[in-house]
Parts: sequence; structure tokens; C-alpha cells
Amino acid sequence: MVTCACNASNDELTKQLDRIIDPYRGNPGGLIQVLTKAQNLVGYLPRRVQVQIAEGLGVSLQEVYGVVTFYAFFSLIPRGRHKISVCAGTACYVKGTKMVTKTLKDLLDLKPGQTTPDSRFTLEIVRCIGACGLAPAMIIDGKDVHGRLEPELIPAVLEQYA
Amino acid sequence: MKSLDELAKIKENRREALKIREGFPSATEKAHVMMCGGAGCISSKCLEVVDAMKEALSKNGIADQVQIILTGCMGPCDMGPVAIIYPDATFYRRLKPKDAGAIVEEHIMKGNKIPRLMYRAPGAKEPTPNVKDIDLFAKQKKIVLRNNFYIDPTSIEDYIANDGYAALGKALTKMQPEEIIEEVKKSGLRGRGGAGFSTGMKWAFTAAASGAPKYVVCNGDEGDPGAFMDRSVLEGDPHSVIEGMAICGRAIGAEQGYVYVRAEYPLAIERLDLALQKARENGLLGKDIFGSGFNFDIEIRIGAGAFVCGEETALLTSIEGRRGEPRPRPPFPANAGVWGKPTVLNNVETWANIPEIILKGADAYASVGTEKSKGTKVFALAGRINNTGIIEVPMGTTLREIVFEIGGGIPRKKAFKAVQTGGPSGGCIPAEHLDTPVDYDSLGALGAIMGSGGMIVLDEDTCMVDIAKFFLDFVVDESCGKCSPCRIGTKRMYEILDNISKGKGKEGDIELLEELALMIKATALCGLGQTAPNPVLSTIRYFRNEYEEHIRDQKCSCNVCELKE
Amino acid sequence: MINLTIDNQQVAVEPGTSILEAAQKVGARIPTLCYLKDINVIGACRICLVEVQGAKTFIPSCVAPVAEGMVVRTNTPAVLKARKLVLELILSDHPMECLTCLRNQNCELQDLAKEFGITEVRFDGAKTEYPADDSSPAIVRDPRKCVLCRRCISVCTNVQTVQALCAVNRGFDTLISPAFNEKLADMECVQCGQCSLVCPTGAIVERDDTAKVWAALADPKKHVVVQTAPATRVQLGEALGAEPGSIFTGQMVAGLRRLGFDKVFDTDFTADLTILEEGNELLQRVTNGGTLPMITSCSPGWIKFCEHFYPDLLNHLSTCKSPQQMFGSLVKTYYAEKEGIDPEDIYCVSIMPCTAKKYECQRPEMNSSGYQDVDVVLTTRELGRMFIQAGLDAANLPEEEYDAPLGISTGAGEIFGASGGVMEAALRTVYEVVTGETLENIDFEVCRGISGVKEATVQVGDLPVKVAITNGLGNARKVLDKIRAGEADYHFIEVMCCPGGCIGGGGSPIPTDIDIRLKRIDATYTEDERMALRKSHENPAVKALYEEFLEKPLGHKSHELLHTKYTPRGVNK
Ligand SMILES: Cc1cc2nc3c(=O)[nH]c(=O)nc-3n(C[C@H](O)[C@H](O)[C@H](O)COP(=O)(O)O)c2cc1C
Ligand code: SF4
Ligand code: SF4
Ligand code: SF4
Ligand code: SF4
Ligand code: SF4
Ligand code: SF4
Ligand code: SF4
Ligand code: SF4
Ligand code: FES
Ligand code: FES
Ligand code: FES
Repeated sequence: MVTCACNASNDELTKQLDRIIDPYRGNPGGLIQVLTKAQNLVGYLPRRVQVQIAEGLGVSLQEVYGVVTFYAFFSLIPRGRHKISVCAGTACYVKGTKMVTKTLKDLLDLKPGQTTPDSRFTLEIVRCIGACGLAPAMIIDGKDVHGRLEPELIPAVLEQYA
Repeated sequence: MKSLDELAKIKENRREALKIREGFPSATEKAHVMMCGGAGCISSKCLEVVDAMKEALSKNGIADQVQIILTGCMGPCDMGPVAIIYPDATFYRRLKPKDAGAIVEEHIMKGNKIPRLMYRAPGAKEPTPNVKDIDLFAKQKKIVLRNNFYIDPTSIEDYIANDGYAALGKALTKMQPEEIIEEVKKSGLRGRGGAGFSTGMKWAFTAAASGAPKYVVCNGDEGDPGAFMDRSVLEGDPHSVIEGMAICGRAIGAEQGYVYVRAEYPLAIERLDLALQKARENGLLGKDIFGSGFNFDIEIRIGAGAFVCGEETALLTSIEGRRGEPRPRPPFPANAGVWGKPTVLNNVETWANIPEIILKGADAYASVGTEKSKGTKVFALAGRINNTGIIEVPMGTTLREIVFEIGGGIPRKKAFKAVQTGGPSGGCIPAEHLDTPVDYDSLGALGAIMGSGGMIVLDEDTCMVDIAKFFLDFVVDESCGKCSPCRIGTKRMYEILDNISKGKGKEGDIELLEELALMIKATALCGLGQTAPNPVLSTIRYFRNEYEEHIRDQKCSCNVCELKE
Repeated sequence: MINLTIDNQQVAVEPGTSILEAAQKVGARIPTLCYLKDINVIGACRICLVEVQGAKTFIPSCVAPVAEGMVVRTNTPAVLKARKLVLELILSDHPMECLTCLRNQNCELQDLAKEFGITEVRFDGAKTEYPADDSSPAIVRDPRKCVLCRRCISVCTNVQTVQALCAVNRGFDTLISPAFNEKLADMECVQCGQCSLVCPTGAIVERDDTAKVWAALADPKKHVVVQTAPATRVQLGEALGAEPGSIFTGQMVAGLRRLGFDKVFDTDFTADLTILEEGNELLQRVTNGGTLPMITSCSPGWIKFCEHFYPDLLNHLSTCKSPQQMFGSLVKTYYAEKEGIDPEDIYCVSIMPCTAKKYECQRPEMNSSGYQDVDVVLTTRELGRMFIQAGLDAANLPEEEYDAPLGISTGAGEIFGASGGVMEAALRTVYEVVTGETLENIDFEVCRGISGVKEATVQVGDLPVKVAITNGLGNARKVLDKIRAGEADYHFIEVMCCPGGCIGGGGSPIPTDIDIRLKRIDATYTEDERMALRKSHENPAVKALYEEFLEKPLGHKSHELLHTKYTPRGVNK
């Protein structure tokens, strides 16, 4: 999330989105790239963002929405400030993904896909983050990998994210 | 780059600077520290070690005499953070920031290696200092990962110094397109993405296909959960993929390539992007490469989280910005790929093999491996095994060698139960088949597959019903939903397994699972559905008793399933 | 030619032929579900599987092209078993509600279940549970009954280019729906019902309004009149089990009387009227330098399409209402006055090949009589059901005549039902009005046929009149883009929303495919030839209407009752 555009005025958001769309204007092939960048900008993909993208690329809103709902990376709802992605890849699974999700569920009262009421964390399940050697692992905010997790270690990890 | 001479010049200049990594002491530099910067080591906090080391170097006033280079995954992720210190090629593991002082002051400044940070072979009294002597690596053979102990993945000069782009130079200036294809055919290289189709044949079909322009695509979706070989290549040696693709471009007459990488691999994307920029700056991509009149460039496309997009037709559709739903073949991508044009699509690891084949020749390459499976294969070893991480072994190495010699066996003295290869498309192989050589055909005969290289070791505490359910849960989640057998059939299989695992199984469930499984395999539209039942079939084949126990006795001997709600 | 063996029979076919089509040549019928010739060839349902020697898996015959020397078996026990299990899976995610389903006995899924001899579904897992969308006045979607064949998406996207539907989510959660689960009523869906025509199941159906009609018929205070669209007489037979191309005009009239309608009138009458209004509008635009090309406006699906996607071209549309709406406003004014009936007591029912007309009659503009001009629209399918419910054996009913005066019509009105018909009818009249001469050959063959875009130049006196005719909205788009680009020098364009025109409308009997459309078209021109009068301006009842009531085409009353205006709607609003 580069800037949180939710707070930017609508005009400002429109302009920023236009800057993302411009290189692909009228080119439906750029849809996934544009959506990725738009989500990085806004944090999620609300209707008005999808409409602007649809019109910019010259495709129907249906086409855009079909794509958005196909790929797990895209979200229709706002996410928390920090995204916890628990790995449920095979390596992690055999080494304790169930334990990790249970601990997080107990600590945060969250099910996968949900966000805490204070918007601090969103919990999601992903398949293999490429840290299988350190299974079980989770990744926070798409970049901080935390491996060899055990229930006692998780609270300290969460502490680091306000 | 207009000529081979230019390339040779860069190589000469750089080789001098890199002699230290071949063991020659340097007049100006005290050491090169190759610090593993793979995802595993980063999560083991290797960056903190780097910071501490930089600080120690500054404190001692030798910051300008030591280079710290972040490499791609070195393999033994479980021991991370790991590092190799040149010129003496000392391998250190489990590094902590507090070790930085000792490494700088003792090892680098005084030449006193630090035994407590070294690897110790199981049962050995003495640690092994030199990376070349470590048993774990000795059994391996590095072709794909040839560069990853040696080069800085962000430096194109490092890549060139290790013969990088020489194969492209040779292909463009000394070979005809047909000769390139012939060489790849002769090498016996088969696709590393799973299906194991002859790469040379694929290129030949695309070269012969009518339609222009043509495209070259790299499949870096790597969705198999529990596998990260391709990531290691992209992060550790991105130029090898670029070079392989450019060679193919020449062979089939394409000027544009795409690399499709999953969004979950930000570092791989960053490194690849940088490599592309540098290749362009050096004229190794772009117009008139090596003065041959050949133009080629590559774009990155980022996958947005759909396993099925690893399937070739889905991937092509996804590149076009649409829902990644597979379509029936024929037409095959060789005739109708991206934008409906003839396209070669190969896996990351496949691409990384190409420069080696062109440079050293098909015969040299084909001398490694078995009769029908040539070369090496990279595996991601994980699960209940001591040495988890990335390994590269000649085709034909046995599972036993991989699990017990390279992998160091099962932790905590537990008994080995099975190894699962090929992820959700694959199957499990029980102890009695440990001496099977790893190649496409032998694994297939056991109901498993080579797959892309995920290898998960399971011990006596693993419940096979639970594992089968795990994989089905995955495919149910990842099914694109286009065709009925996969969309509904995998869901039904999951539901039956779920019942069994909860003590609600019925007599006849195993037979129903088998019936469904065989039907889905024979009727689904794409490879995802056609292979989705494999984990179930293979666990039933080798561990039927565990299923029966769950159903009849409502018991899970491994205590994994919660049979009573 | 490609030679192959199918079920031990040798057959030679053109390259590119599918196994499915090749099999038909040797008399092997392979069941299908997602396949829709030329429109949806995606190989998704896996019902059409066959065995091909040497192949590792079964092969979907609908998408797989033949190859030289191929050996195909279409009916081995293994194939039949696989198909049956696929179907069993599909049924395991289907509400078994045939008895209360509009598509009962006319459902491809039900047919397959019968054909495969399914007697048991062994899986009782989760089922798709998405809410139905009954927001639209025209069609109702029930995703629980959807088999995800995507035929609706293909027709809406590729044929109609509306793209109101998409596949949402993936895997078992896949849903066919507009974006953000929007209601069809609130978005660009033009209500054409083509999706309901191609849907193999009851997942998209016309809104069933028969109850309203039964209620009106039961109400002694109501004077219930009915109008039947041109296309319905060549369709109704099919809805009652007759062969495509059967003409049921007289039987339909007789049946409607037996159902209890007080008057049985004909939309053909107002079709003739439309020609006089629209023809004069065209002449006026040509003489006074009005907006050209002028485009026909009798297809409400097309009108809505233009309002959404080409709002900048709305001034090209003729201001004439559709014949059904002209009828509605006249029946509650002219006819009411003439017969001395309080318009409040008149209940006007339309029988249409069309779902969009259900929407049209509810448009706020369509109240010029002071009441909702047309109270309810039934599709041909619904009328078929009413006949069956009432036990009417239509084929054996005596043929009866429409009531006068609003049932008097010409062949020109009749051909409105086929693509090109409005144009041909207009040319028959405009030619004679402009030149004052009698037209020798009134069959304008250039207007006829099913091709998507037809163009012609017709000499009318001194003026070479350039015309274009399109059917299917994708084809309309081609011509509209030309207008936008300033490259269209036509005078007059006929646009019909549905492929083939109204005879292939969204309310037509199911199935409706190209061959069936062609048969209905043939029947339409047969009807035209049978008529004593074949030019709209010769319709005596229309002449009387002008004399007694309207005074003249484009006169004051006409404007009030017969003309309308349009609303720019845009997309994604
Ligand atoms: C469901 C599914 C997922 C796949 N995922 C991948 C993948 O992540 N990476 C890959 O290289 N190939 C994957 N494949 C195989 C590709 O379809 C294709 O065969 C391969 O990329 C071709 O390259 P190769 O010949 O070099 O192996 C997948 C196939 C299926 C059916
Ligand atoms: S097999 Fe599964 S993933 Fe492949 S097309 Fe069918 S539903 Fe989609
Ligand atoms: S598999 Fe599906 S698309 Fe192909 S013929 Fe059968 S029913 Fe039709
Ligand atoms: S859609 Fe067909 S199968 Fe389903 S309930 Fe209706 S009639 Fe029965
Ligand atoms: S067919 Fe069977 S289920 Fe259907 S109504 Fe008759 S008795 Fe009932
Ligand atoms: S009614 Fe017409 S426009 Fe609306 S969804 Fe169906 S096909 Fe598309
Ligand atoms: S609504 Fe009907 S046509 Fe559309 S996908 Fe579902 S079953 Fe097929
Ligand atoms: S447009 Fe079609 S349905 Fe409407 S009145 Fe004309 S012929 Fe009848
Ligand atoms: S073409 Fe006829 S059936 Fe189709 S929308 Fe128009 S009026 Fe209705
Ligand atoms: S399985 Fe968890 S990181 Fe790979
Ligand atoms: S990530 Fe460092 S060894 Fe694998
Ligand atoms: S009819 Fe061929 S797959 Fe559906």
C-alpha cells in the first residue's frame, strides 16, 4: 500500500488512477497489471475504482469484476493495516499450519479472510511463500517472513505491528 | 552489445575481480562474503547479520576491502542464515548478528575460521569448513544452480564472468536456428514444469507453425505448495532465464518474450526486473543483439494468485489480462498461444538449462542423467526431514539418497513413512520404493509424478487421510470452475474425505472415491482436474488400511484427525 | 477431406470439423449440454465425451477437431459410464424441482437425466446457494439451477455485445451474474431475453406473467383485449409441439377467444400504422435536412441498447413508438371512445416473441392514454403454456379471423417479424407515396434473409435511397460505429435486437436456432403472400383511423399517442 488513497479526495484518487491507467488506455490486455497497481494504491478494489479502470481500458465492468473475483490477490473489501498471510503449503501444513492458524484465531479472534475490528490485522491463508525450509511460516505485509513458528513465539511477532 | 569481443572484454575485466571467489587471494580485497538472501534466510534474519557485519567492518576500518553479496537461495534453508566466505570458501550456518564480530575480526582479519559456525556432518566429530567438502553438496550436481554460490544476482558482469551470455553469443553468431533446435532436441532436455515434454520438440513445432509474430513465455507461476525451485533461480540467477529465452527467440523467430511470475515472489520480480534492465543497457536485449540483426525483449507479467494459471493455456489467457481459465487443446500453444500466435512456453528451470546446453553442447548435457531423463533436477525438500531446502541432483539419483544422504534423514528418530512428489498433482511413495531412481518414468510407474520438484517427506506421525484431504482442499480452492468434473467432482471427493476424517465415513466410501477419482482424471478439461485425484489414489493404493481404520474403527492412529467433533 | 472412423463407420469430412459434427454424419448422436453451435464451443460440461484411440483421457467431441485416421467410439460402456457420472455430479449440485420449474419437460438437463437413466444421485454435499434475481420485468435468474455452461454469457457478450453477465468467483463458488451482483433491472441488460432462449435449464427464464392474465380474464369488470405480434403466429405452433415453420394464425385467434379474451386484435395493424408514421418521418427528415440516417425504433431491446451504449446517437432514432405501444395507446383512446368503454376497464394484453416488451410496457413514457397503455406482455412461451393449461388442442381448432378494426392488417405488417421486414414494408409504402406509381414487384429480396448486416440502394423516384438492415446487437454495433465515425451515408436503417429479428426473439419457443429461425422466416413470407393486401398504406382500418381520429401522419394526436422520446442512460451508472 503505497499511499492510502481512501483518505485522498475523490478527484485526487481519480487522477492517481488515471496515471496508472494511462499506459494501457484502450488496451484490455493490461487489465491485471492495472488492477494490481490500483490495489497497491487503494488497498482494495471498490466499485468506483473498477468502473474507472473498465472505462479506461475499454472493457465492460463485468469483465473487470470477473477478473477481480477470479484471482485471490484482489480484494473487494478494505483490509487491515497489516496483512498476515499464513502459509498452508504442504511443507508448512505437515509441520503445523493448523497450530499457527489456531493460535492466531485465539489471539485475534479472526477467521481467514477477516479483519480485526480495529483494522489492525487481516488474516489470510496462502499456499507456499517459498520459505518451506522454515515451516511453518507466515508472511506479514507481503514481505516479512516469520518462520519456525511456535505458539509461544507468535504474540511477540504480532507485537511488532501496530 | 554488437560483438562477441565486447562480451569477452566484460568477462575479462570482471574475471579478475572475481578470482577471489575461485580461491585466489586478492591484493586489494580481503574477502567476499556470499550471504544467502533467499526467502528462507531472510526470514531467519540474514539481513540483520549483514547489518552487524557491515558495522563490524566499518569499526575495523576494512569496509572497503570486503564485499558482502546477497545471493539467491543456497539450498540448505534449514541452516539459515548461511554464508560462504571467499577466498577460502568457508561455509557458515545459523548465523546470528552477534557472530558478525567474530567473523570479521577472527576469520577475515586473522584467518582463524570459526568451528562453531561450521557445518558438522551427522555423526562426524570435526566440522567441515570448505563448502566443497560438505557431504550435503557433494552428491549434488549443479547445472541450473551453477551460479548461485558464486555470483551476485544483481550484477550482470558477475553473470558474464561465469560465461553468461556466451551461449547467446554463440547461438546468434555461429548457429542457424535449426541447429539450435537440433542441439536442444539432442540434449534430451524435458520440460521441468511437470509434464516432461521434450523441449526441443516443442520448439520445433513452434518454429514450424505458421503465424507471426511468435512469442516466448516463461512459466514462473510455481504454484505447487511446498515448492520454490523456480523462485530460487529467478532470485539467484535471473540472467540464465533471460538468456535461455533469447536463445529460443532466435531459434523459433520470436522477438518478444513474457515472464509470468506469481505476485507472492516480490524479490524474484525485483531481481528479474533489474536483470532485464541491465541486459537492455548492455544490448543483450533489444535491437540487433551481437550485431546479428536479431531483436528480442522481455516483459514481466505478474500472476495474481491462481494456481491454475500455471497450466499453460490458463497462463496465456492470464497474460492477456483475463480470467485464467484453461481452454481445450488443440490448438496447442505452439500453434495458438499468446494473442492466438505460435508460442513456446517453458518452465523457469527449463530455461535455465538452455545456456548450458548451447554452450557446452548437447552431448555433455546428455551425459548426465538416465536414458530417458537427461540432466539434473532441482527439488525443494521439505516436511519431516533434517535438511530442508533446495537441492539439485542428477536424474536417476534414488529417493533414498535424496532423503537420507542429502536430506539427512528424519528428525527426532521418527520412522520414514512416505515422500510426496509433485504436490497436488502427484502422489506419495512409501518406504518400500525408496530405491526408485528419480526420473520421469520411474515415478510415473509408482502413481506419483516428477512434477515441478516439490518433495515433501512424511514421517510416521503423518496421517495419510489427512494429507489426501489437504491436497483436495487445495484443488477445490484452486479449481477454476469451468468444467463440471473438476468443479463438482473434487468438491465431492473432499466432502467424502472430510466425512471419513471426522469419523463419519461409510462402507463403500473408498470405492466411491476411487470411482470418482478415475472418472475425474479421464474427463476433466485441464491438467489440474486430470491430476487432482492423484494424491487420493496413491494414498489409497499404499495406505488403504489407514482409510479403513478411519471408517471402520473411527480411529486415527497418528492422532491427527479429530474424529469426534 | 479428413478420413476417420467413428463407431466402425468410415467418414470423410472437411478439415476443422468437430468430432461431434462428424459423428452426426454417421448417425451417431452425441449428447451435449454446454455446446451451442457457432456460439458457445468451450468444452466445459464434459457431457459430449467420446473415446479416441490413443488418447489418455476421454475427448470432448464438441471442441475436438477431427484428424486423419482418427478412430472414435461414441458409445462404449466406458464412455457412457463417464458421461453418466459427470451428469450425476452436475445433478448433485442442482435443486431437483422439475415439477415446479418453468422448464419442466423442456429442459436439456432433465432430458439428459432421462436419457442417461439416472435413478440415483449418490452425493449429498453442498449445493450452490445464490439468491435469485427477479428484479427485471423481463427475465428471472435462479443461479441454483445454473449448470455454468456459459451459453448465456456467450450470447450476451458475443452476439448481443451487451456483456451484462460474467463468471464471478471460481471453482465451486462460480456464479454467473452481473458485476457486484447488481440487479439486471439496474444495469445495461437490455432485457432481450436471448440468454433465456439459450439457457439449457431453468436458470434464466422469462418472467411468468400468466397469472395476471388469468386474473384479468376472471374479472367480469375488465374488458380484456389481446394483441398478437407478427412473429407469434409462426411460433406458437412450436410451443404446442408442432414442427418449426408451422403457421398457427387462425388457431391462435380461435384459442384466444376460447380463453375468454373479449377482443382478439393484431399488432400487425399498428405495424401498418408504424409504416405510415415512420415513412412520413423519414420523408420529412430527408426533405427538411433532419438527422440521417434515421433508425427504426420498434425493438425495445435495441432502444435500451442505444440508450446505454450510444446515447449520442439517440437523435437518429425514429420517434415512433413500437407497434405494440402504439396499439396500447390507441386501444385505450380511439377504441375506447369508439366502443364507449371506460379505458379504465380495458385490460390490454400483448402476446410477443419478446421479453424486452415486458420491460417496454412499464416504461414511464408508455402511459399516453392516461393509463398504462399495455397492461401485461406475455411471451409466445407463456401463451403456449396458457393454451396447454386450458386444454386447448390448438392444432385442431378451426381457424378464426381477428376482430375489427384493430385486427385488420396487411402482409406488410406481417413481415415485421423477420429481419428486414420493417424496411421492406416501408419501401413498399414510401415508393408508392413518393412516386405516386404502383409498385410492380413488391418483394424486396435484398431486405430478406438472416445475414447480420444487409445493405442496399433502392431507387425511389429520383432518389437512390441507401438502406441498411441489421439483426443481433453485435451487428447493430458495427453500423453504429460507422455512424459515429461519420462513415455511414445511409438514409434509413432497420435495427432488430434479436438475431433473425422477432421470429428469433427472447420470448420465442425453445429451442430456437438458426435452422428454426429460417423456417419461421419462410413461414412469415408465406403469410405475407397469403394476404389480400400487402402494403401498409392500403390498410382500410388504418385509413379509417386517420380519418376518424388521428387526422394525418405526424399530426398532433399522433405525436401525443404514437411518438415518444428516449433517455440517455450510459453504462456503469
Ligand atoms: C494446474 C497446473 C499447474 C501448473 N503449474 C505450473 C507451474 O507453476 N510452473 C510450471 O512451470 N508449469 C506448471 N504447469 C505445467 C505447465 O502447464 C506447462 O506444462 C509447463 O509450464 C511447460 O513448460 P515445460 O515444458 O518447460 O515444463 C502446470 C500445469 C497444470 C495443469
Ligand atoms: S479441470 Fe478444473 S481447473 Fe481445469 S478447466 Fe476444469 S475446472 Fe478448471
Ligand atoms: S463435452 Fe460439453 S461442450 Fe462438448 S459436446 Fe459434450 S456437452 Fe457439448
Ligand atoms: S432446470 Fe430442468 S432439471 Fe432443473 S429443476 Fe428445472 S426442469 Fe428440472
Ligand atoms: S415421475 Fe415420479 S417423481 Fe415425477 S411426478 Fe411422477 S411419480 Fe412423481
Ligand atoms: S436479457 Fe439480453 S442483455 Fe440481458 S443478460 Fe440476457 S442476453 Fe444479456
Ligand atoms: S444461466 Fe443458463 S445459460 Fe447461463 S450458464 Fe447457467 S445454465 Fe448456462
Ligand atoms: S418489433 Fe417485433 S414484436 Fe415488436 S411489434 Fe414489431 S414485429 Fe412485433
Ligand atoms: S427484435 Fe423483436 S423480439 Fe427482439 S427485442 Fe426487438 S422486438 Fe423484442
Ligand atoms: S509450504 Fe509454507 S512456505 Fe512453502
Ligand atoms: S534461503 Fe538461504 S539457503 Fe535457502
Ligand atoms: S457439450 Fe462438449 S463439453 Fe459441453
